Order: sequence, then C-alpha cells, then structure tokens
Amino acid sequence: MTKEEMKEHIAQHLPGAVFDETGEWLNVQVEADAWRSFAQWLRNEVLQMDYLFCLTCIDWPPAAAAKTQTAAGGGALTMVYHFTSTTFRQPLVVKVKLDRNNPEIETVSAIWRTAEFHEREVYDLFGVRFLHHPDLRRLVLTDDFEGHPLRKDFEDPVNMIRL
Amino acid sequence: MYRETQIVNTQNNIPSNAEDAGFAADGGELVINVGPQHPATHGVLHLVITLQGETIQKIEPHLGYIHRSIEKMCESLSYRQFIYVTSRMDYLSAHINNHACALCIEKGLQLEIPPRAQVIRVLMGELTRIASHELWWGAMAMDLGAFTPFFYAFRERETINDIMEETCGARLTMNYMVPGGVMYDLHPNFQKRVKDFIQLFNSKIDEYDDLVTSNIIFQNRTKGVGVLSKEDAVSFGCTGPVGRGSGVQCDIRKLYPYEVYDKVQFDEIIETGGDSFSRYLVRVKELRQSIRIIEQLIDNIPEGDFQAKTKAVLKLPKGEFYSRVETARGEFGVYIVSEGGTTPYRIKFRSPGFSNLSALDHISRGCKIGDLMAIMGTLDLVIPDIDR
Repeated sequence: MTKEEMKEHIAQHLPGAVFDETGEWLNVQVEADAWRSFAQWLRNEVLQMDYLFCLTCIDWPPAAAAKTQTAAGGGALTMVYHFTSTTFRQPLVVKVKLDRNNPEIETVSAIWRTAEFHEREVYDLFGVRFLHHPDLRRLVLTDDFEGHPLRKDFEDPVNMIRL
Repeated sequence: MYRETQIVNTQNNIPSNAEDAGFAADGGELVINVGPQHPATHGVLHLVITLQGETIQKIEPHLGYIHRSIEKMCESLSYRQFIYVTSRMDYLSAHINNHACALCIEKGLQLEIPPRAQVIRVLMGELTRIASHELWWGAMAMDLGAFTPFFYAFRERETINDIMEETCGARLTMNYMVPGGVMYDLHPNFQKRVKDFIQLFNSKIDEYDDLVTSNIIFQNRTKGVGVLSKEDAVSFGCTGPVGRGSGVQCDIRKLYPYEVYDKVQFDEIIETGGDSFSRYLVRVKELRQSIRIIEQLIDNIPEGDFQAKTKAVLKLPKGEFYSRVETARGEFGVYIVSEGGTTPYRIKFRSPGFSNLSALDHISRGCKIGDLMAIMGTLDLVIPDIDR
C-alpha cells in the first residue's frame, strides 16, 4: 500500500483529518475526541496497523508554540503515535494535540498491549492522563515525585545541570 | 526502597501465624519481591510477583532504579555530544545505539557517508551483536544452573573486546560512530585479528550446541515455557529475537536495510514455537549469521575516507526524523524533533527492551516461579536500556 492510497483511505474515513507529507512518513493529525474510534479503525479495518512501534509526547509551551506553526496558540502537548502494519509495512504517524493545562486522552492499551507501558511513561514524564487506562501510575519516577520532568518548564535546582 | 503500591499489599498476604504452612495450599496468595538486587535480573529491575503456591499469578515490574532521564539530558546536548550518552543505555549494543543516532542525524543533514565507513559500521555492528549474544548465552545458562558456559562465552567475547579496544580505544562504551562516518580509521591489525577470531569462533561454536542446546535438562527447562503467540508479540511490540522466536518477521536489517545490509547475504532466523527455547535458538543461530556477514565483508573493505566532511557545529533543519536499526535485542528507534537549532528540541529513544519487558507479565502467568529465570533469560533484558 502506497502513501497516497493510505491517505485516501484515511480521508474517506475521517474527513476532518489534517495531513502533513513534508517528512519521511505520512503524518495525520486528529482531534482528541475522535482518537479512540479512529484508533480502533486503524487497527481493525483496511490499514491493519497492528504494530505500534513508538508512542511519545512532545511539549510545546506557549513560548515555543508562538515561534512555530506546528502548535500555534496557548501551548500544547502533542501525542505522537508511530504505526506500521506487518502486512503492508507502510509507516504512519498519528498526532493528537492536547490542552497543555488539562491533558486528557483515551487510552489505546486495549488495542495495542504495548501502549500500556508507553502510556504510563508518558503519564509519568509529561503528565498526560489516559482515560480508562487499566493501571495508570508513575513508571520510572517515585510515586511522590512532584512535576513532570520532560515538560519544558520543569525546573529542578538540585539535580538539573544546565550546559 | 520498596514502594507500596495500590495493587500489591504485602501486609494482608503474609499469614499471621508463621507455622500455618498451608496458607498457599488453601488459596492464599503470596507476594514476593525479586530484585532490584538479584543475580538473575542482571541489573536493577524490581519485580513484584504474586504467587499462588508456586504458580505465578501476576508480575508487576517496577522500573526506574537506573533512570537518568537521558531524553531530557539530550535536549541540552549538541548533536555531536548526545550520541555518547546512548552508549550508556544498552551498554552491550553501544555501537549499534550510536549507529542509530548517527543515521538519524545523517538523515536530517542528507549526508552521504563514504563506502568505507559504511562497511566499518556494519562490521562493528555485527561484532557487537556477537559479543552481546555471547554474554547472553553464558548468563542465560548460568541462570539455569550451568556454570561452565559462562566461561566458554567469555573466552570468545574477550577476543572481540580486544579487537574493539585496539580500534576504538574502549571495550564497552566505544563511542566510535559519529555523524558522517566513524571516528578513526581501523587499526592496521584489525583485519588479521578479526580473521583469527572467525577461525577461533568457528571451531568453538559447535561446542555451544553440544554443551547447552542439546542438553536435555536445558531443553526440559525451556521448551514450552513462557509461550508468546505471534499476535501477542506484535501487539506487545516485541522485536528482535523475542519477536522472531514467535514467528514475527521483524529484522530491520532485512525489512528496511541500512548501510550495506542489502548487499550481504544472510538469513533472517525465524522460529515459530514462541517459547523460551525458540528464542534461545534464534539467538544461537544469529551468531552464525553474524559471522557470515563478517566473512563476506572483512576482505572487501573499500579504500577511501572513513568520515565524510561535516561542519564542526551541526544544525538539523526544522522537522522530524526517525531512524531505526536492529540491535542485539531488537528494534531500536531514534526520534528527533528539530526546531533548527544546534540541540534537539525533543528526542525519544524507542528501546527494544522496554517493549519486550512489557510482555513479561503476560507470558509468565501460569508458569512456575522456577521458570521465571528461563523466561527472563530469553527476554535478554538490559535494564539501563529500559529505564533510560
């Protein structure tokens, strides 16, 4: 399956999707409300995206967001999902923009089991709350840790060294 | 520092009367902590295991004992500097980690690297893979109670470390791959010593099979233990020998060839059993394939530069770059988000061990506690790679 075919399928299923083809792989931006059903469709329908190989988040605080077109406005947390299908081998990147002050998104751990750990990591380091996650706790940091270190405005006067 | 969690409450599960030995037999659950300092976890991994008698009900991994927040650290390091941090992640695949980072930066700069550097990179990568699998093989047998293989494995592994030391100046964290090629040219002795190693290794590899693979005790302890189905392997994102042991075609060297992997002959080893023994077989067979790749390349190292000309300060154009390579443990990905500066805006390392570990709970349920060592041994976990 080529990039164009994939784009057509997605555009047909989700007319509101925004595409970006500047990178190596096809990028799709979807709304947080539409994410859960879109994920289900990605996995089970024509694209058969059964392998979620990378799940991460990017922080765009208001200052950084103002400089870039990627996330204009009052700052955002962008969830980034990298998929590929073991049948078609054509990677797809899905991005979901979240409100930075109240980041909430539906979990996909029931669809791709690997997401359970990855989402816990993102919750730990970025503070994104995954709704209906089976076991949403901090993963690498202690339970009483304050703040989310991978956010750009995180400050730790003791342990952080600035170069 | 054991942490109390909401799910596991050890207080309620310890019988009030210590003489009441029947607590497990009549349905009581026992919760034990394995690690973070346990010989079989090969690093600081802490597992909270819920047992019913000797049967594992649930395993809950607690991570973070060696979390250094490498991703945050990289955000303030330049594109030349951050590569060295990745050697400290999967320290057994240091070369291959560096390789992935170098590839990602080269993708951003659209840099062609000289053919000599490409071949050197592949040679070093395969030597690293052999060294890593050797250590795994020895440690795995030791976990299951056989001590001799450990010494056998280290005998050959030392030879590789010596070769590395001669060319790269280090034995474990080599930092040899740089954007544009490799840091120095090969040592004049390199070819001869690698050929000596191939000869030595070919004469010893059959011993490995005699000693462990065909050992009936070893087979009984690994066959049918910790079965991971093909669908689950894909769903859990298991790659490398764990994925291929379950029949998933996931070798990045074959699927998305980088450097000269599309020009050399080698087989992607796939076993369909999905149990610990299949994962074991994949790694042992991969040893021979790595030797095969080295044999094809060692006499055909092209002459020329070992490094492309690059600027002293690298600046990646604005955009997102993703590169992936096959380490000894599976698919390693580097995701760089650049804003056009001299440091990455955001960097994410997709480490193979992280996804492989997430399957541990699933495949261990219903197994006996003694089988856990066989399962963990064949998952080949390197904890700094998981915690990052």
